[in-house]
Amino acid sequence: MKRKYWQNFGELNGTEAFEESTKNEFQEDLLPLADLDDKGLLDAKTPRRDFLKYLGFSTAAAAIAASCEMPVRKSVPFLQKPDDLIPGIANYYASTYVNGGDAISIIVKQRDGRPIKIEGNEMSSITKGGTNAQAQASVLDLYDTTRLRYPMQKDGKQFKEVTSFDSFDKIIAGQMASIGSKPVVLLTSTIHSPTTLQIIAEFLAKYPNSRHVQYDAVSYSGMLLANEACYGKKAIPSYHFDNAKVIVSLDADFLGTWLSPVEFSKQYGVNRKVKGAKADLNRHFHFEGAMSLTGSNADDRYLHKPSETGVIALALLAKLGGTASAPAIADAKLVKGIDAAAAALNANKGAGLVVSGSNDVNVQIIVNAINEMIGANGKTINWGSTSNYRKGIDADMVKLVNDMNTGDVGALLLYDVNPIYSYTDSKKFAEGLNKTISISFNPTMDETTELCKYSIPSHHWLESWGDAEPKSGYISMIQPAINPLFKTRAFQTSLLKWSGNTIADYEVYFKNYWTTKLGSEDAYNIALQNGVVEPATPLISEGAFTNAALTEAATKVATTKSGAVEVVLYQKVSMGDGRHANNPWLQELPDPISKVTWDNYVMMSPAMAKTVFNIDILNNSGQADDYEVHPEKPVVKVTANGRSIELPVMIIPGNHPNVIAIAVGYGRQSNDAGKTLEYIGRSAYEAGKNAYPLVNFNGTTFQYATEVKIEKVGKTYPLAQTQVHAFTEDRPIIYETSQAKFNANPAAVLGEVNAELKTLLAPGAKDYVKDGTMYPYHEKPGIKWGMSIDLNTCTGCSACVVACIAENNVSVVGKKEVARYHDMHWLRIDRYFTGNMENPDVVFQPMLCQHCDNAPCENVCPVAATNHSSEGLNQMAYNRCIGTRYCANNCPYKVRRFNWMDYTGADSFPNNQEPLRGAEFNEVIFQMNDDLTRMVLNPDVTVRSRGVMEKCSFCVQRLQEGKLEAKKQQDPGLVRNLRTACSQACPTNAIMFGNVNDKESEVYKIRNVEQVNRNFYVLDQLHTLPNVNYLAKVRNTDRQVGHQEHHGEVHEEKEHS
Amino acid sequence: MSRIRIIFNKFFSGFIFIVLVTFSSNVIAADGEALFKTNCASCHKPDKDFSGPALKGWSERAPSKDWVYKWIANPANMIATDAYAKTLFEKWKPSIMTAFPQLKKDEIDAILKYVDDYTPPTIGPQANGQPQGSDDNSLLFGILTIILALIAFILIQVNSNLRKLSDDKEGVIRGEPIPFYRNKSYLMIGILTLFAVGGYFTIDGAIGLGRQKNYQPEQPIYYSHKVHAGINQISCLYCHGGAQDSKHANIPSVNVCMNCHMAIDKYEGEPIVKEDGKSVNGTAEIQKLYAYAGWNPVAKAYNPDNNADGIPDGASPIPWVRVHNLPDHVYFNHSQHIKVGKQQCQTCHGNIQEMPEVYQFTDLSMGWCINCHRESKVDFYNHETGEGNKFYSIYDKFHKDLKSGKMDSVTVGHIGGIECQKCHY
Repeated sequence: MKRKYWQNFGELNGTEAFEESTKNEFQEDLLPLADLDDKGLLDAKTPRRDFLKYLGFSTAAAAIAASCEMPVRKSVPFLQKPDDLIPGIANYYASTYVNGGDAISIIVKQRDGRPIKIEGNEMSSITKGGTNAQAQASVLDLYDTTRLRYPMQKDGKQFKEVTSFDSFDKIIAGQMASIGSKPVVLLTSTIHSPTTLQIIAEFLAKYPNSRHVQYDAVSYSGMLLANEACYGKKAIPSYHFDNAKVIVSLDADFLGTWLSPVEFSKQYGVNRKVKGAKADLNRHFHFEGAMSLTGSNADDRYLHKPSETGVIALALLAKLGGTASAPAIADAKLVKGIDAAAAALNANKGAGLVVSGSNDVNVQIIVNAINEMIGANGKTINWGSTSNYRKGIDADMVKLVNDMNTGDVGALLLYDVNPIYSYTDSKKFAEGLNKTISISFNPTMDETTELCKYSIPSHHWLESWGDAEPKSGYISMIQPAINPLFKTRAFQTSLLKWSGNTIADYEVYFKNYWTTKLGSEDAYNIALQNGVVEPATPLISEGAFTNAALTEAATKVATTKSGAVEVVLYQKVSMGDGRHANNPWLQELPDPISKVTWDNYVMMSPAMAKTVFNIDILNNSGQADDYEVHPEKPVVKVTANGRSIELPVMIIPGNHPNVIAIAVGYGRQSNDAGKTLEYIGRSAYEAGKNAYPLVNFNGTTFQYATEVKIEKVGKTYPLAQTQVHAFTEDRPIIYETSQAKFNANPAAVLGEVNAELKTLLAPGAKDYVKDGTMYPYHEKPGIKWGMSIDLNTCTGCSACVVACIAENNVSVVGKKEVARYHDMHWLRIDRYFTGNMENPDVVFQPMLCQHCDNAPCENVCPVAATNHSSEGLNQMAYNRCIGTRYCANNCPYKVRRFNWMDYTGADSFPNNQEPLRGAEFNEVIFQMNDDLTRMVLNPDVTVRSRGVMEKCSFCVQRLQEGKLEAKKQQDPGLVRNLRTACSQACPTNAIMFGNVNDKESEVYKIRNVEQVNRNFYVLDQLHTLPNVNYLAKVRNTDRQVGHQEHHGEVHEEKEHS
Repeated sequence: MSRIRIIFNKFFSGFIFIVLVTFSSNVIAADGEALFKTNCASCHKPDKDFSGPALKGWSERAPSKDWVYKWIANPANMIATDAYAKTLFEKWKPSIMTAFPQLKKDEIDAILKYVDDYTPPTIGPQANGQPQGSDDNSLLFGILTIILALIAFILIQVNSNLRKLSDDKEGVIRGEPIPFYRNKSYLMIGILTLFAVGGYFTIDGAIGLGRQKNYQPEQPIYYSHKVHAGINQISCLYCHGGAQDSKHANIPSVNVCMNCHMAIDKYEGEPIVKEDGKSVNGTAEIQKLYAYAGWNPVAKAYNPDNNADGIPDGASPIPWVRVHNLPDHVYFNHSQHIKVGKQQCQTCHGNIQEMPEVYQFTDLSMGWCINCHRESKVDFYNHETGEGNKFYSIYDKFHKDLKSGKMDSVTVGHIGGIECQKCHY
């Protein structure tokens, strides 16, 4: 039987092994009794004795643990309590998350002096309170055990501590004096901090011939150079997706990783929301080779090889009437797509936007010409304020590496870059590094620092002062939320000292700079408090365009050679360019498309898998089972530029049959391979392979798509996927329709399910909520919490998942545990494919505890550890739970999680988990046993111990805090639209939360006034009465999408509350 | 016995009545007392110099009543502008009077009246009369039960012997009666009783594990709440200010202690005697505080900060021993109870103002929490009078039920106070 929505091929085809696995949903072995095999308790070797041993031991242990004397606990107050700190009350400081060139204005939640959570700053007009997964997770990096703790210099092969900064400064002064007239080069990631740039300029002035090279691991040189050719500025403009009715993206993953995804998601969401009864959505065309997050959100998606990007751009330009001859394109579907995109752009002059993710200058020049044709300049593309997220020019970097190798660089200062890992020819860089004095400011012993002669770690951004100018004119301030944990020094302070500045402390320099700039100290303090300094009126203007470069670009593009197999090197929303590789929250975050954790892999279409491995996954159910059921996946060797890597294959529909895709950011490994665990960290250890060596330098820019050779290796490698853990069993859980159909008959999208609900009622009964069950109805006298999730605006970016982890102390379990279905995420994003097999549509559905008012889990708990509150919460009392897991078995949404291990170090016996170290578990599950990492825990949320069930609590600690505040202020309006962590993190406002008993609340209005026609509850027909509702997806496309609809069905208005 | 109780009850209610009448006739002074205790008592005493001057006799010293109003509202400003204020500052520096701009004129009047009328209480053996009669009659009932059980046992024995005799008389042949210690019924009853009693005590003991009622650890400094909160009547919130804002009441930091103890370097009150009969040298305990604070009592200054760590040399925080320990899986919020629930500290901590060293007054068990939540009424909003906490205006169902008489009051339990996730998350 073919299914409408499917998560994997087995489910699609209803294969035998798949049906078997749905029956056997919980496949865990009983760990301590593992030698039982399948024989049952009585037939096992010495079963009775073992049983008695365990019984006796646990009784004795419990008795000993319980009868020990109560420990004497100390309560040590401050010596002098700071005025602004009340223990137990969180303080919030505005700051800026910076990560290379990325900058997001955020609010740091600081509890008792420790930053524990990042939230978006709503005062920023750029990100408007949105965040992404990496920003949410970055708070854990602060407590990373691999951070360097003091300045060091190399003594032979080993680093040894330099006892004071003064002596370090003296050593450096000596070294700098010795280089003579050779240049000093400062190699950094993109820097847009005004003060830092000024300090760098002052530093460079002290050292003649010196220069500053900015290097981005994933570069945007192509755009910068193209814009220089077309607009005379080596810069990237601001984009306004919110002004665009038609968006055409050529390989640009602007919702996931391209340039400023949070800003763009926020803008994209504006026209993705159905406002009122009729839908008027933007139209999103996407052309790409491999399925990306943005592509999966597109209305219409077309497949092509990356080498064809330029040709497509050219064809589009020609169709729009530009001065270009349309090249011949063989693929009819692609031609149709270009025609449709051109027609839509033509119909929406001044409200269209074309973006390209290509790093090829020529492609970007053509894209600029297209945007000029459709009147985007000044409307959706703004030159009044340029984007400063990426400024690296690839040729500068290549020149630097050459200079280093010829001995023309006196000293190399590296800040926030790791070229040994991310530079395509890292061997050459390493050789060059040996020929110069190298000083690293990087915070950890990464691949590059390991080879440097000096290391003076800079602060984490949560410990720093600073500023950022993500878009020119728009300043975002950084202020420290904690004292430096280690003996580190701000990079800027080092530069000030080494350039002999009279102000040798960055904090003072920073304050002076902004006090002068803003006019007064008051203004400076207000800027720090707000976190942003922005112009009163938005800076919007057109760029002066010249078409001079177009002809040459068109010629070059038309002659681009195409390969038999091409690779797309992409970034994952979790891992980015790899600097967060030791962040276990991000490593365990499933990729939105493949749902794989802890690894990168070769993403491949079913068609290519058939030719390479002879696995006919679509038609041969036996082969599909062999491939899918086991975590072990076949491995291929991918070769490009004479460098090759071996990676497992993940078969994903929606990839071009001649294109494979590999994520960068994985495979971090120390030069001394045995030190990886110690230097790079336990999370990065053995996670994937490094794909940067496949990057190709074409003479001008780095190319992240190139021709490759692939070979079967005959090995397998396990991948830990989460999506195969829970199945829908063919129940309808998603509803979608197209914009035209929705506007013609808004009620039709849910007509079928609403009609079905009526048939479930006994004759004469009217109210489904009250009469649909034999259980009594429980009133919610005061507050009733409810959540609304809009499938239209959920892009699958997974910021909410990490926000939930940070807020609720959700455990990291490691790859091996994920592989046996022990993942602990309270909130997951289910990805469903639907429609055409080669190029399917994708629906993302965030799935969390639905807080059912008639909850199946509550009835089966033998100890009433899970029960219902008078505010509609499905409560979970951990200390009451005895771990039967009946509730998880009975939950139709599969959102309950069981603590198989003591993942949080909550055990009352210290080091109780030590014997488990080794093959069975990944090292990372022991992370919460060290005091440094534990500092990230939210003290308002219990850490769960081994053997108890847990699940989403609707962030009850936030609700309790909100209610307390409302009671203190005597204002019930304060709880109207409270925010859970997921809701707050969402960059598109897809998740809304509030008190649905309050008719003024957003969720009440969505359910009962604004979106009645799209409002559905998952598995409503089971009468679970969820408190989470979803809004059906509407796509702006002419294709047939979603369920067959019964026309003419009259929708009965029913009050959901 | 009952007559004595009736007499006692009458006497007691009469006493209460007299007390009420006496105090209600003196409303303003009582008001002034309360204001004095919350606002002034941490630095001033009515009749003695403290961190600040004795307030009695203010009218002879201060230029005018108006001056007093201005001074209280903004002392810093007065020091800068007014000559008398400046002399006051010179005398008492480095302490400077805290500003109380929120105090209204009539409130200040009430405080001034209170300090003028103040007479020190006569200290002597408190005649607080009869100890509270114990309501716990379980021992009595227990003894009664045992006596009754014994009587029943004897009667049954007698009965069976008599029956044997009468049977013998009537010629019915019966075996020798089985002695009670071999009688299976008795043995069974005995075993069951033992099981029940033993089980009760085992479970009771197990439940009590980890509970610390009456826990009274020895603290690094013999700090007497009786001296501070009782005799000197410092408001609880002066030191434990977190109780109204935060989940933690917070143990005060050393600088809070030093606010007063910069001036008070001797203990001159009633002798302090520990439970075990040893006497405590209050002045020596204050010296311990000085050691922690890094304060030189001779020079009347903090030690210099020669090692540049931001605190006086030799200073260190005081490692108090925590008395009230809740398990990690319990969320308790002081401000919820103090600010919203308007509970007194004493409800949970006992008569803390009479405790020399603090001990745990209640067992802090879940049952104890729940009982209070079941019984305590919330400050429910009244739509007609506008009284009560407006937050509760959204509880429509309860408003209807109150109106129709289905409910007579709303307790914490009604609004969800006995649900798991109010305290466990």
